[in-house]
Amino acid sequence: MTGNGQYDVVIVGAGVVGCAIARELSKYQLRILVVEKELDVGMGTSSRNSGVIHSGIHYAPGSLRARLNVQGNAMFERLCRALKVKMNYIGKLTVAQDDEEIETLYRLKEQGEANGVPGMEILPPHKMQAIQPGVQGKLALYTPSTGIVCPYTFTIRLAESAHINGVEFLLAAKVTGITVNKGLFHITTHKGHKISGRVLINSAGLYSDAICRMLGIDEYKIYPCRGEYLILDKRFGHYLNALVYPAPHHGKAGLGIHLTKTVDENILIGPSNEYVEEADDYRTTREIMGLLIEEGRRLLPGLATSDVIRSFSGLRAKQTPPQVGGFKDFVIERRRDYPNFINLVGIESPGLTSSPAIAVMVRDLVAEVLFLNEKPGFKEELPGLLGYFHEQPQELKRELISQDKDYGEVICRCEGITKKEVMDAFQNPLGVRTLAGLKYRARVMMGRCQGGFCLPRIVELLRREFGIKPQELLLHSEGSYLFTGNVR
Amino acid sequence: MVSKGEIERDVVVIGGGPAGLAAAISAKEAGAKKVLLVERDKRLGGILNQCIHDGFGLHWFKEALSGPEYAHRFIEKADQVGVEVMLSSMVMAMEPDLRIQLSSKEGLLSVKAKAIVLAMGCRERTQGAIMLPGTRPAGIYTAGAAQNLINLQNIMVGKKAVIMGSGDIGLIMARRLTLEGCEVVGVYEILPYPSGLPRNIQQCLVDYAIPLHLSNTVIELHGQNRLRGVTVAQVDEMRQPIKGTERFVECDTLLLSVGLIPENELSRSAGVVLDPVSGGPVVDDTYQTSMEGIFSCGNVLHVHDLVDHVSEEAERAGRFAARLATGEQRPAREFIPIRPANGVRYCLPQRVSGGGDFILSLRVISPVRDKRIVVRDQTGKRLVSKTYFRLHPAVMIRIPVKAEKLAKVKVLEVEVTE
Repeated sequence: MTGNGQYDVVIVGAGVVGCAIARELSKYQLRILVVEKELDVGMGTSSRNSGVIHSGIHYAPGSLRARLNVQGNAMFERLCRALKVKMNYIGKLTVAQDDEEIETLYRLKEQGEANGVPGMEILPPHKMQAIQPGVQGKLALYTPSTGIVCPYTFTIRLAESAHINGVEFLLAAKVTGITVNKGLFHITTHKGHKISGRVLINSAGLYSDAICRMLGIDEYKIYPCRGEYLILDKRFGHYLNALVYPAPHHGKAGLGIHLTKTVDENILIGPSNEYVEEADDYRTTREIMGLLIEEGRRLLPGLATSDVIRSFSGLRAKQTPPQVGGFKDFVIERRRDYPNFINLVGIESPGLTSSPAIAVMVRDLVAEVLFLNEKPGFKEELPGLLGYFHEQPQELKRELISQDKDYGEVICRCEGITKKEVMDAFQNPLGVRTLAGLKYRARVMMGRCQGGFCLPRIVELLRREFGIKPQELLLHSEGSYLFTGNVR
Repeated sequence: MVSKGEIERDVVVIGGGPAGLAAAISAKEAGAKKVLLVERDKRLGGILNQCIHDGFGLHWFKEALSGPEYAHRFIEKADQVGVEVMLSSMVMAMEPDLRIQLSSKEGLLSVKAKAIVLAMGCRERTQGAIMLPGTRPAGIYTAGAAQNLINLQNIMVGKKAVIMGSGDIGLIMARRLTLEGCEVVGVYEILPYPSGLPRNIQQCLVDYAIPLHLSNTVIELHGQNRLRGVTVAQVDEMRQPIKGTERFVECDTLLLSVGLIPENELSRSAGVVLDPVSGGPVVDDTYQTSMEGIFSCGNVLHVHDLVDHVSEEAERAGRFAARLATGEQRPAREFIPIRPANGVRYCLPQRVSGGGDFILSLRVISPVRDKRIVVRDQTGKRLVSKTYFRLHPAVMIRIPVKAEKLAKVKVLEVEVTE
């Protein structure tokens, strides 16, 4: 049974960083377990961000963030191809409105050059408008290597790739205690699992400080800093040809409210920037929503509140308290006090971008204490389609429907998702059975009707095809039951 | 021109709900030979199938039917007259040359039509569209989704519910939940008047002692996993919450009944011009949209309150589509624009040819008593004037207009007046 027993490597936290590490280590002959408190991978910060693959202009040369960002960015294309994940180097304009901000642009460009960011250009208004019509500003810094990816798809595919290469995932198990005995870490969970591992990796994100404290390491504290977003209807997707950010201001915790196009043609407005007390306080607020819609209207004049299809928030795992603000470098260390403990703290932005490079760095740290033997038969590629069925060429679609009629039946009309895709997503390799899990995998219920039409159809399908009892269905977490039983 | 691997039909009707059914039947009866009705679901009838309450058909059949009964009569008729039906088939694209691309279990299919009738209906406004702050727990449904789960799938959504908005489906569901043992704490309507029909206020709320809180709305959701309550507050004239009036209402379920939006993504992508107020296509008195050969009727054209009116409108649209498909030419003449004026939110059609009688449909902006609806021409002359004891935004007004009155008319204005 997954969870009990001895592992070479135990990874705590199945966010994008934990999953990237798991996949990287799955190339070697190791017994690996990922422990995650949520019912699915990527349920925290990894699924709640802009989905931007940053270029690396924002971080001080020589810092881990600068190095891992630029390295990670360059790794994304190949990795996404292998994982069948859509990504696009869409490019970004950082726009200056006054002289002070222009100075910031030049400083960023210089910093980017020192960090090895490719292809940067400073653009006058007519050139920035040639890239993005309607954008207003005095000058812009263009970074062509900035990209977009769906962050939860990426995380899920990393996990699935790790899984088909032998990594075990223990979901819905919260680590409650860690002891060290005879060179082994002994880990217990709230469900009573007893796990031991030769190497322990802390990639617990917002809870990484809590994991540290279990080992008596109390030098770290995470300050959750919330960013709220609005998701816009797809009909605005074509307005954006590139990402558009304001020039950053010193001392702010984030990069400023901006519009981000997603790989699925929605637009995100956000994120805001507000420190909160609890690491699970994902509330959205009336004040911020009002602010975001105002910001959105500056670039999309026709924007109405009815064009918003959903709001959400994410939390940045910051190491700096509100009174300090700004950024602190990632902590990625093999501890002196626990030589087999690899500790990752404060992996906030650009954590998604850096994740592939972080994984390689962590692998090298693991190699310092375990002998890494390459695994013959490592499966680099995941099977399946790149993108959704409706995005495939017409000929392939015909071919696929002739092979499986379920490709011909559209379940989610807003996003054009077929019955076959819903069935595949429900039978996912990690065994996730939540409705959110289905959403994140098959993109059902993510369109403008937000499940108004397809939720009942999906429930019907799950009952018929898999014998699911409605009252057993969970939305996203334990206790998030969708239904209370039969009517009569 | 029909290309290889393509089928040809006289009239293709998109959507097999009440509008599509009536349009397909009348197109067939008006002489179109090959009429194809395309439905996404695995059965015809659309949203009527989940409307198990009665009150349908009072105008059309002069009797009170349930939704499925009402649909059934049309489904039988469609079968009798020989409408060709494709179920579990979705239109993926519609092109200006009247070609549509279909996806079904049989594969992808291209259909060349001589006329197309859009009858896709509407969808419910969501939590996102009204930007409801707070947490994202389970237990939040649009009223229509809950209606489907309860009535068609025997699934109970919760034990204690708040209903946000007083649209008709929300009112119907307040009664339905109460009947099935779910406590309905209250209906909270942001406007100072109800959004649903007066008869539903009476029969679904008053008769069951369910409180209706006007000028009140839900302003925050609570609960991490399952909904555990909502904050409600009174709102001012600008619909903004009034500080100090917030109160917590415990519930495990929130149903949203905050408006319906005509489902025009397909129309928009084909280039059909939409009316920003009605949310549906701009049409003339034959229900033809801005694109030749493409007609529109039912809730995709504008949201109706009674299905009987949908059927009547669709019957006309289907007939005009058939006439075009069978080659009947209409004398070319300039359209007369119809404009909503004082007190009128929108009116339909937005333009008329003057070549035939038509039904003017409209909604008023706010409830008023003892007023007239007046239709004037460019000189201010009253062509139509009708007195109403009560005008309410929830109740669609329909006024037949005779073609003979339009002889020298250049423009029509519709207004509410003394």
